[in-house]
Amino acid sequence: MKISSSEVEYVAHLARLEISEQEKEKFTFQLNDILLYIGKLNELNTQGVEPMSHAIAVTNAFREDRVADSIGTEKSLANAPDARGEFFRVPKVID
Amino acid sequence: MEFETIIGLEVHAQLLTDTKIFCNCSTKFGGSPNSHTCPLCLGMPGVLPVLNKKVVEYAMKMSLATNSNINKSCSFARKNYFYPDLPKGYQISQYAYPLSEHGYILLDVEGEQKKIGITRIHMEEDAGKLVHDEHNPSSYVDLNRAGVPLIEIVSEPDMRSPAEAADYLKRLHEILVYLEICDGNMEEGSFRCDANVSIRPLGQKEFGTRTELKNMNSFRNVQRALEYEVKRQQYLVENGGTVVQETRLWDDAQGVTNSMRSKEEAHDYRYFPDPDLVPVIVDDAWIEKIRKELPELPLARRQRFVSDYQIPAYDASVLTADKALADYFEEVVKLCSKPKAASNWVMGDVLRFLNEEKRDIRNCPITAQALAEMISLIEDGTISGKMAKDIIDEMYKTGKSPRVIIAEKGMVQITDESALAKTIQTIMDANPNQLKDYRSGKEKLFGFFVGQVMKATQGKANPQKVNELLKKMLVG
Repeated sequence: MKISSSEVEYVAHLARLEISEQEKEKFTFQLNDILLYIGKLNELNTQGVEPMSHAIAVTNAFREDRVADSIGTEKSLANAPDARGEFFRVPKVID
Repeated sequence: MEFETIIGLEVHAQLLTDTKIFCNCSTKFGGSPNSHTCPLCLGMPGVLPVLNKKVVEYAMKMSLATNSNINKSCSFARKNYFYPDLPKGYQISQYAYPLSEHGYILLDVEGEQKKIGITRIHMEEDAGKLVHDEHNPSSYVDLNRAGVPLIEIVSEPDMRSPAEAADYLKRLHEILVYLEICDGNMEEGSFRCDANVSIRPLGQKEFGTRTELKNMNSFRNVQRALEYEVKRQQYLVENGGTVVQETRLWDDAQGVTNSMRSKEEAHDYRYFPDPDLVPVIVDDAWIEKIRKELPELPLARRQRFVSDYQIPAYDASVLTADKALADYFEEVVKLCSKPKAASNWVMGDVLRFLNEEKRDIRNCPITAQALAEMISLIEDGTISGKMAKDIIDEMYKTGKSPRVIIAEKGMVQITDESALAKTIQTIMDANPNQLKDYRSGKEKLFGFFVGQVMKATQGKANPQKVNELLKKMLVG
């Protein structure tokens, strides 16, 4: 196995996902399959190859520092599951 | 047991750009909640961030001003965590490839210059702001600040006392403000500091376990929090306890640090390269262009003040601590050519007035022109230093020029010897007993006569002239 069920549990916790025991088992197998498949890449010899994070060799894509209109509070809040006045409302979180 | 304190600081500085780091929304502070937002900084699906070029240039300025090496290539990464002030579920930051590394700044520690290393400077986006409801289990989210550009400046663990840490912070702050890339407002959060602190027995090589301190929003609080934390760790170690690696919050009202329990578990941010942003390549030509734009920095200005104006190092450091104050001082000197007098008046009266009212030099009612004029009036003998003290009070209260105040109050100094001699004679006649005592050796009474002359002339007599004349006339 490429991944243990406790690792799946840990990742689920980091992502704030609640999963059942059944799901944990299912995801462990699924993730294992994915990792095995991706693992094929390890068969390639990549010695001397620079790591890359983009498929195309574009660099320095910039924007000028000029203000454009924002969309406004009303539109910003339009998709919010919960809002109050001009704010998004969320369950209380204090750390 | 004797301990050594080890401190490293992480500073977040908001950059003074007009727009956010990855979108065109305004960065202005104080807009109504969520009014400076767009699909990008709200974290809507399908949007693409585009880097603000000015953010890179400002970060380059700070890198150069702190002697850091700017990397030829740097890139952005996603720092993943869940908190409602972060709409995307990740913060765009730099991780493996920061903008610059290996810098330093110089501090004066007990008369010696000490290098404090700067590990790295990187660019990132700020998060939004949460307001907690006191009565209901709700928090309110304002995303105006989400996406405002920050630079994070990470120091080496090179500081050895809370005072040194506070000094480092002040120098860093000074540089940012001189560069005009950050307004440095700690209360509004445009300059924030977290501290890592540990102790170790003197002579030990390995670092002790460190704690991270947060929530200190002034230089004074940073120093107080560090002082408290050092004592707490020492007490723990001396009494057989161990320091736990954790984040602690400074409680200003109680003057203590408290463990932030909910974050006890180790962070796992699962950084990975952000596929939406392309690498930033900085060539030498760009670096040189930015280097040419750098203003004179505080340290250089301090040294120039000492050598050009012949003022003490202490005065130079007070005057240059605030760029606007240094500009004001230089303007006064330019107009009156009396650097020492200018320094004394600015450091004495002007700063006292401003401190009393917590006013900024930019809003000082005494203009540089007015102060220079007053200094010139003292120099040419029109007014005495003592009169100037009253005049400068009036200048601060009314914003009037010294000449206007002098004319209004009829305050011109009496330097005419015959007029002064006449006044002195009248006083001698009116105080025969004191005169007799003085002549029989009670020299302390000299001051009495000076006082009488000043009283009779309402303080307008030229003090040097009065002294000269009294010395002659009292002897008889």
